[in-house]
Amino acid sequence: MSKILVFIEQQGGVASGASREAIGAAASLGAEVLAVTLGDANLSVPATNLIALTGDTFSPDAVAADLAGLAADCDAVFFASTGYGRDLAPRVAALLDCAIFSDCTAVADDGGLVFTRPALAGKLITRLKSSGKAVATLRRNNFQPAEGEAAAKEERPASADMKAILTEITAAAGGKLDVSEAPIIVSGGRGMKEPENFKLIEDLAAAFGNAAVGASRAVVDAGWRPHSEQVGQTGKTVSPQLYFAIGISGAIQHVAGMKTSKVIVAINKDPDAAIFKLADYGIVGDAMEILPVLTEAVKGALAGA
Amino acid sequence: MNIVACIKRVPATETQPKPVPDGKGLDHSLVQYMLSFYDEIANEEAIRTKEAHGGEVTVLTLGPADASKEVRDCLARGADKGIILTDPEWHARDSRTTAKALAAKITELGADIAFCGRVATDHDNAAVGPMLATYLGWACVTDVIELNIEGTTGTAKRETEHGIQTYSFNLPAVITCQKGLNEPRYAGLKGIMAAKKKPIDEAAPELASATSEVLDATLPPARPAGRIIGEGPGAVTALLEALRTEAKVL
Repeated sequence: MSKILVFIEQQGGVASGASREAIGAAASLGAEVLAVTLGDANLSVPATNLIALTGDTFSPDAVAADLAGLAADCDAVFFASTGYGRDLAPRVAALLDCAIFSDCTAVADDGGLVFTRPALAGKLITRLKSSGKAVATLRRNNFQPAEGEAAAKEERPASADMKAILTEITAAAGGKLDVSEAPIIVSGGRGMKEPENFKLIEDLAAAFGNAAVGASRAVVDAGWRPHSEQVGQTGKTVSPQLYFAIGISGAIQHVAGMKTSKVIVAINKDPDAAIFKLADYGIVGDAMEILPVLTEAVKGALAGA
Repeated sequence: MNIVACIKRVPATETQPKPVPDGKGLDHSLVQYMLSFYDEIANEEAIRTKEAHGGEVTVLTLGPADASKEVRDCLARGADKGIILTDPEWHARDSRTTAKALAAKITELGADIAFCGRVATDHDNAAVGPMLATYLGWACVTDVIELNIEGTTGTAKRETEHGIQTYSFNLPAVITCQKGLNEPRYAGLKGIMAAKKKPIDEAAPELASATSEVLDATLPPARPAGRIIGEGPGAVTALLEALRTEAKVL
């Protein structure tokens, strides 16, 4: 690989961890890295060149057009597999009229880029080879993040040819961690019996400090929790360091979205629940009795750490 | 309004996949199919758009002739006609090939708006919608949870990890539909009877040559068998000890 464009998502002058992983993936292929970001070029990324698109970058179609233009002499374009990356990447692929590989967990060069990615919500792992230029989104926590400084930096005005225009952003309530980003997820299901009992789930998540609250499809469909918290085939696919499935039976639908978690803990009344076949550690019992004890124990353990 | 709902026949959620002997795909002889979950939401939004603004909903799919089952289901819920771009190898097509085939037919139809599911629950690429829009030169908003169309303009709210974004756009546009946008209606008996008389045409897709090939498709490694470490609140101490010293995640 000679040259790869990597799109960098930044907040307040800091490149996101997922974007630095995407650079790491490009660097591991021995490619020259062209990093492109929005806003200003005042950030640290290890690249041959960093280009910041300045001005109004409120339109994904206009940003995609700029990226496709900059990628004209690149062999590939990498994005982090975030909501924004997955919105932009297919547009860039269409503009370059090349293949796209979404949510990849590995990439290699074998006389053409070879991407590993899950299909059927992780029930099947596929390896695909690109026969030309390739656009890919890379799933976080699968690549070594790169650190360093760009050898050269420049700013260029962004394209003003916009079709759909971002007019408003409403931030997620209270700066809560999203399940797709959290290293620890505490998920509840029907076994929580009623929506008010999710306070116990929230308390355990809060005790960790870096945990997000997740939910099964059943409780989202019942209106107990927002869809943004749903883990599973029709929600979000997650792979945190630690996943708690509490009062969740372990339907295929749910399991598909969380079975690549590093460590799974299940708490369920039913000793025959399918989730216990999957969980590294299971506790049989009433979640309403266990959760307060667990929350206090976690607080104690982290305070003592 | 000339409205298109793009749908896909995908393996049913309960499918436990088995790769074919050459290891390059699913053994489709063992697979039960269904309408992709998010495409139900796309079809519903297409019907609601017709109900609000008038016009006609065409259900469009790249798939086998048997996908008439999924198309007929969409018609039973209120869409007007179906088009199957007949392709027995539909499940092996990549996003680019699918998007180009759909774009060619949508251009021919002269549509004003096209709805797609956020992602098809087979390849999980979430790419056809925005690729389709780009090939058509249309506006596109993805992962939409709220949509308002007025005349030839629209606004759409989009769900992201960091909150809700609002976009404004002019038609024609492609909207990819996220759960929460609507609650798809069921097909009633009347709808099912009416759908039997609605036309489903088959047409040959324009298939671009592939730019990627599947090297292999394998089952993910099985997780080691689970372990129940105790019962009730008394097991919490053992759990924390295991998380700290064995799993090393605390």
